[in-house]
Amino acid sequence: MSVTFPPPADAGNVIKLAILAVGGQGGGVLGGWIESLARSQGYAVQATSVAGVAQRTGATIYYLEMAPQGPVAPVFSLAPAAGDVDVMIAAEMMEAGRAILRGFVTPDRTVLIASTHRALAVSEKMVPGDGIADADEVRAAAEVAARGLVLADFEAAALKAGSVISASLFGALAGSGALPFPVEAFEAAIRSGGKGVEASLRAFSAGREAALAGNVPAPVKGLPKTPGAARGPEKLTRGWQALADRVATLPGAVRPMALAGLRKVVDFQDLAYGGAYLDRLETAARADHGTDHAFAIAAAKYLANAMAYDDVIRVADAKTRPERLDRIRAEMGGAEVMQLTEFTHPRAEEVVSLLPRALGQTIMDRPRLLGFIDRRVNKGRRLRTDRLLPFLQLHMLASMRSWRPRSLRHAEEMAHLERWFTKALDRAPRDLALATATLQARRLVKGYSDTHARGLGKFDRVMEGIALVEGRDDAADWARRLTTAALQDEEGVALDGTLQTIRSFLD
Amino acid sequence: MAERSFKAEVADLRKGAGETFTGEGILAITKALLENGVGYVGGYQGAPISHLMDVLADAEDLLKELDVRFEANASEAAAAAMLAASVHYPIRGAVTFKGPVGVNVASDALANLASSGVTGGALIIVGEDYGEGSSIMQERSHAFAMKSQFWLLDPRPNLPSIVKAVGDGFALSEVSNTPVMLMVRIRACHVTGQFETRDNKRPPLSVREALAKPQRNVSRIVLPPMSYAQEHDKINNRWPAAERYIREHQLNEHFGPETAPVGIVCQGGMYNGVIRALQRLGLADLYGNTQVPIYCLNVTYPLLPDEFASFCAGKEAVLVVEEGQPEFLEQAFATMMLRSGSTTRLHGKDIFPMAGEYTGQVMKDSLEAFLRQHAPTLLPAQVLAPNTEAPAIPDLSKTVPIRPPGFCTGCPERPIFAAMKLVQKELGEHQISADIGCHLFASLPPFNIGGATMGYGLGPASNAAFDGGKAGGAEKRSIAVIGDGGFWHNGLSSSFGNMAFNKSDGVAVIVDNYYSAATGGQDVMSSRAKNPTKATNNPISKALRGIGIDWVKQVDRTYDVAGMRDILREALTTDTPGPKVIVASSECMLNKQRREKPLRSAAIREGRRVEAPRFGVDEAVCTGDHACIRLSGCPSLSLKKLDDPLRDDPVASIDTSCVGCGNCGEVAEAAVLCPSFYEARVIHNPSPFERRLNGWRQGVIGWLAKRRQSRRLSFEESAA
Repeated sequence: MSVTFPPPADAGNVIKLAILAVGGQGGGVLGGWIESLARSQGYAVQATSVAGVAQRTGATIYYLEMAPQGPVAPVFSLAPAAGDVDVMIAAEMMEAGRAILRGFVTPDRTVLIASTHRALAVSEKMVPGDGIADADEVRAAAEVAARGLVLADFEAAALKAGSVISASLFGALAGSGALPFPVEAFEAAIRSGGKGVEASLRAFSAGREAALAGNVPAPVKGLPKTPGAARGPEKLTRGWQALADRVATLPGAVRPMALAGLRKVVDFQDLAYGGAYLDRLETAARADHGTDHAFAIAAAKYLANAMAYDDVIRVADAKTRPERLDRIRAEMGGAEVMQLTEFTHPRAEEVVSLLPRALGQTIMDRPRLLGFIDRRVNKGRRLRTDRLLPFLQLHMLASMRSWRPRSLRHAEEMAHLERWFTKALDRAPRDLALATATLQARRLVKGYSDTHARGLGKFDRVMEGIALVEGRDDAADWARRLTTAALQDEEGVALDGTLQTIRSFLD
Repeated sequence: MAERSFKAEVADLRKGAGETFTGEGILAITKALLENGVGYVGGYQGAPISHLMDVLADAEDLLKELDVRFEANASEAAAAAMLAASVHYPIRGAVTFKGPVGVNVASDALANLASSGVTGGALIIVGEDYGEGSSIMQERSHAFAMKSQFWLLDPRPNLPSIVKAVGDGFALSEVSNTPVMLMVRIRACHVTGQFETRDNKRPPLSVREALAKPQRNVSRIVLPPMSYAQEHDKINNRWPAAERYIREHQLNEHFGPETAPVGIVCQGGMYNGVIRALQRLGLADLYGNTQVPIYCLNVTYPLLPDEFASFCAGKEAVLVVEEGQPEFLEQAFATMMLRSGSTTRLHGKDIFPMAGEYTGQVMKDSLEAFLRQHAPTLLPAQVLAPNTEAPAIPDLSKTVPIRPPGFCTGCPERPIFAAMKLVQKELGEHQISADIGCHLFASLPPFNIGGATMGYGLGPASNAAFDGGKAGGAEKRSIAVIGDGGFWHNGLSSSFGNMAFNKSDGVAVIVDNYYSAATGGQDVMSSRAKNPTKATNNPISKALRGIGIDWVKQVDRTYDVAGMRDILREALTTDTPGPKVIVASSECMLNKQRREKPLRSAAIREGRRVEAPRFGVDEAVCTGDHACIRLSGCPSLSLKKLDDPLRDDPVASIDTSCVGCGNCGEVAEAAVLCPSFYEARVIHNPSPFERRLNGWRQGVIGWLAKRRQSRRLSFEESAA
């Protein structure tokens, strides 16, 4: 709502400021600084909060009112009211959204200072798919709702300065000009706090500069990174060039995805494997009679993911690359000495699947033998990969790459891939959209051990569901709905519901 | 003791006459107690009054100087019972707890205290946890004052008023021989402001001196026939005495013009909200000068019929502003008006909502509705006919996720519930009850564990109907979760005594995090800290054995998820009769970090060897299923969207706030999740040998890795 009338002249001097933060962000510290700042500038000020248990990572609100010192003490309110807030500081993007939702940000008066970074809520993190809320919607709403808007990543600014977000937001408040106090007074408030003064002042300056720089525009969703030039032994680069040339013959819209996919499968196995990928992709491209090449693009993406499946060899390879160590070292602040422990838990299935196809299958068919192996293998194993022997273990496992095509796992993966890919190709002539959705269902196959098995189970059920709707005009819509539902929860409750709906209208 | 220091606050308590106190409401009350010659103070921690307890616990020297006894009582019942010292002795005493839950627990003692009546002033300071941000059921402590006949103060929410109420409360208590409850709402407890201090005052008679000269007064014993006499005494003597004092000392306040067509009667605690609404309606100024008369009840029980009648005289209508339900004040006023035949119209909950907090919006809408009905001429034209149109702001209700409180980063309770989730995957869902405390966060996603919460220390008792368990022929046993705070508050007697006596077959998990953590990290009987004034280091398992529970398993590292899971499984499947109790102990990470972080930084600065672990996720290995998050919910374990066009779902990612508790790795192992997690343990100030060994190792490892890299293709990253 908006304020429909101005407050009486002498009540208009009150500045009402609210802070919406996630527990643990230091909203109380920020409130304390603002309070001592206002007091030092001859203002009567009142602060209050409802910390309670919300301190523990929940959404928390702090509220301050201030007015020039008068003949007697002013009467301040203890809680913000919708449509009656002058300055709203949100220490996180969805908290900015919450402030708008609760009516604390209105176009006639509110200056909104918000950090664009995200601290994801549990509900966003726990879905098996992508449950992250849309920050762009909040940004769009903020542009309508706020009188003045200061948006920047104040979390990053604070971290860079070796401090916490309360300090950079205090700087943003100074930079916004929303309070009638000089910047020196802000800094004095930090100094009088006494703790971590230097780091806080650095973050304060960074926050203030970010605010003075004005709104940071929404990051343009640029094209994702794609592989550039390949380096390596000449024989290999030549082979790569031949494959890259084949990609160049594909329709332009397909090429970026095809190149990314090609790189993934070559990296996973070898150039010949990349050739096999392109064989399949070219088949898909030929079958794609649409104008937007959606089918071929989906094929480029999901063929690559299916061919570069997650096996122990790939994991061992990823964990023994030189750039990985450099990355971790940089993340940990460039430590000279660093112990590195990997948490692995192999089961008999993972070990047996590395064996040659026939032998592996023989063992798999004998539950008692498999159980015997499992009892010896199945336990949590921690590898100290900063030590030589454990590193060598993984290094050698990674070198089994050349062996991989003969393994049981490879045979299984390829059989699964062929069934799925053939199904999609079969559907292409009649219903290209459904064929594309069939390819996209592959997104469900991910993870390791039980997670992987559950993903396969969901994939199978989605494929069954797609078979049920095949031939209908809205088949592709239902197929997409099935995949989306399968990603909503772990147990597949939403998927069951969608399948039930499909069955109900088929009966 | 809490891993925080309150030295600065203690210094505030020493301020003398003419100095200015600046700070929080609850601390102002603490100071006011000392200024009013209190002889003893006690209470039980909980938001929003924990601060009073924490600061006094740190003010040992000052209290000794003033000859004031401070007790961190075992429960609210124990705190209220302590006021018995004021029954026979002319000593002022004060206790504090949160309302209404603490008042529920204390009600037995409070009822006895109220019947006995008091000689010395007895003050019960209740932090009323109602409205937004509250963690408890939404009720009013008001009813307790009415049923037991003690007086209820509800001062205006500013520091001078609250401080004055403390003195008024003691005086009112003494003059009417009745305990007085000082109710302060949660925001008023946390509100900051200033007041002019007075010198602290030693109690005229200290508890130390009283102990030397025991006194008793038979008429104050709650036994027939005295208990009958006490009821009559309340009505015939104490009540009129209280009314007289309230009237003569003008504890209730009047604001605004003498005559007006309408008036507002409000609880003291509602006053600021009323003024703000009037300000927004153009009827009051910044300093509270109002055009609508206000009768402000700083005492909400008892009510004064004559004061109310004279306020109503000549007014067409009055509006009662009374938060919460039922509307006790309004009902009482209605009775008064019916009896006196008053023609003034009474409004209250017919305009205000019956349930819920009186927010700024509710207050403004309701006052405006009342004034439109009875005094539209008072309202400015802009209010009567607003001419601005509200712009349409996009609806974000579907976008913004809810953000309930949860376990902190590195919390030792998380692995307990991860283990419980794993056990339930094996053995099926179980009947699980919970208690009060941090562990209750497990009832929310991602754990979704535990149902009933029947009160503090009552978790296992709330499973009593299921105590038969397998021994009673059922397929499964029930599980109860309780914290160490709840265990010592009421759990040992009410929950575990109940289990032992009834030969329960149930399972109970005691979450022992070394503190009363949810209330701010105060010490309890089993805390590991050395506390000079409190008896700590009493193992819970010893107490359990003492009441005849023999199947007690002690877990000393809850982060061992697999071990935790195995013990839970054993408890649920063993043939041993009787209660099965698991004591799961690991220190509260919030308090541990508060204690250890400064020590660690100092050690690093001084050049001593320090290991600093932190976890990470290999994003090339993580497939973005988030199974790890469904077994964790740790704030530092979040998600990240990759710049890879081949990936649909965000991958797990651990930020710099990780404290390296180990839960991620343990869960990945125990639940056979994935090999994405790694622990990087940075060694600060390594020994020269360690440095050389590491250099040699990294040299070989780097050579091996680079050699392989040089024999394969690698790709440069570049934007398309």
